[in-house]
Amino acid sequence: MRRVWAILVAGVFLYFLVGQFLPIIPTFGNVDLFTRVAFDIINKSTTTNYNAVEFKKSKDLEDGSANVVTSIVVNYRSFDTLGEVSVLFCAAIGVGILASMLKSKKRIEFEEHKVLMISTGIVLPLILLFGAYIFIHGHLSPGGGFPGGTTIALGILLLMLSNNEFKVTDVAKHVEQSAGAGYVVIGLMGMAIGGVFLINFLPTGVVGNLFSAGVVPIVYTFIGFKVGAELSNVISDLREG
Amino acid sequence: MSNIIYYVSFIILGIGIYGIVSQKNLFKQLISLSIIDTAVNIFIVALGYVEWGEAPIYSAITPVANFVDPLPQALVLTAIVIGVGTLALGSILLVHINEKYGSLDPDEIRDTREVVE
Repeated sequence: MRRVWAILVAGVFLYFLVGQFLPIIPTFGNVDLFTRVAFDIINKSTTTNYNAVEFKKSKDLEDGSANVVTSIVVNYRSFDTLGEVSVLFCAAIGVGILASMLKSKKRIEFEEHKVLMISTGIVLPLILLFGAYIFIHGHLSPGGGFPGGTTIALGILLLMLSNNEFKVTDVAKHVEQSAGAGYVVIGLMGMAIGGVFLINFLPTGVVGNLFSAGVVPIVYTFIGFKVGAELSNVISDLREG
Repeated sequence: MSNIIYYVSFIILGIGIYGIVSQKNLFKQLISLSIIDTAVNIFIVALGYVEWGEAPIYSAITPVANFVDPLPQALVLTAIVIGVGTLALGSILLVHINEKYGSLDPDEIRDTREVVE
């Protein structure tokens, strides 16, 4: 009976979406980008006149990151990202508090395996290096602080699976706090220099160079450290119980 | 036929709703919520696709802009992170519920509460 009801409810939702909602949205791929906000953002001219951007040639634009998604996340909508980071922080704190309130403190132990232990020693530095690469090159290539931090946290998870004695110490909490504070400090510096919270106050350089895009790589490095430490904390809280 | 990706996301959404209504285990309902999250993300990214557009990154292969809409992708990046936070917080809450009532079935939890009261 429950399943029949479930199929009915899902069917009503699907009927509403396909019948009422699909006709009013544009067909797939048939989007007029010129009428959207994203057109100005792609050409990096929200305040200036239209100017076509070219890779490795255009310089001193209002935002110099080659990855347009990064320029939205960390430059145009940076305040939104600050809120997002705060939400993740609250979730991590909630997990920590709730895990410490559990009555049965049962630590999850894994069966140690020789092959996993030795191969972890070889692979772990590469995983950490790759995570750092992702968030340092966040303004040039796909990726950024969040995927990079997640990669680092997954390296920590591999370490936990292979080694029963390993514990995430308080250093992770300190890294997280200072990285989060660094993000806010960058925002306040923008307020002092440019007059607006989180404004890009450094020179933006040539599109496509590693040292370009002003504060974007710095902020993404902070976010990478913060997310990596935070997710490691969540994993360790769930394990220690 | 060109709208097939919309239908794919709707079907995944339907699977998530079916899971929430039909399953009795709270953890399975949480995973169903996560599936709905994925469906909505697919739908939002699909809304920004421009025909023959490339990924919105200036590179040696695409030196001039011929891009899909980057704004939905940025919003989905936010949504994914929030989804991770929701999943972690929800699962630790379910661990608490299981410790207190010894079950994750809403009906059994209700019975246990009535006995206690």
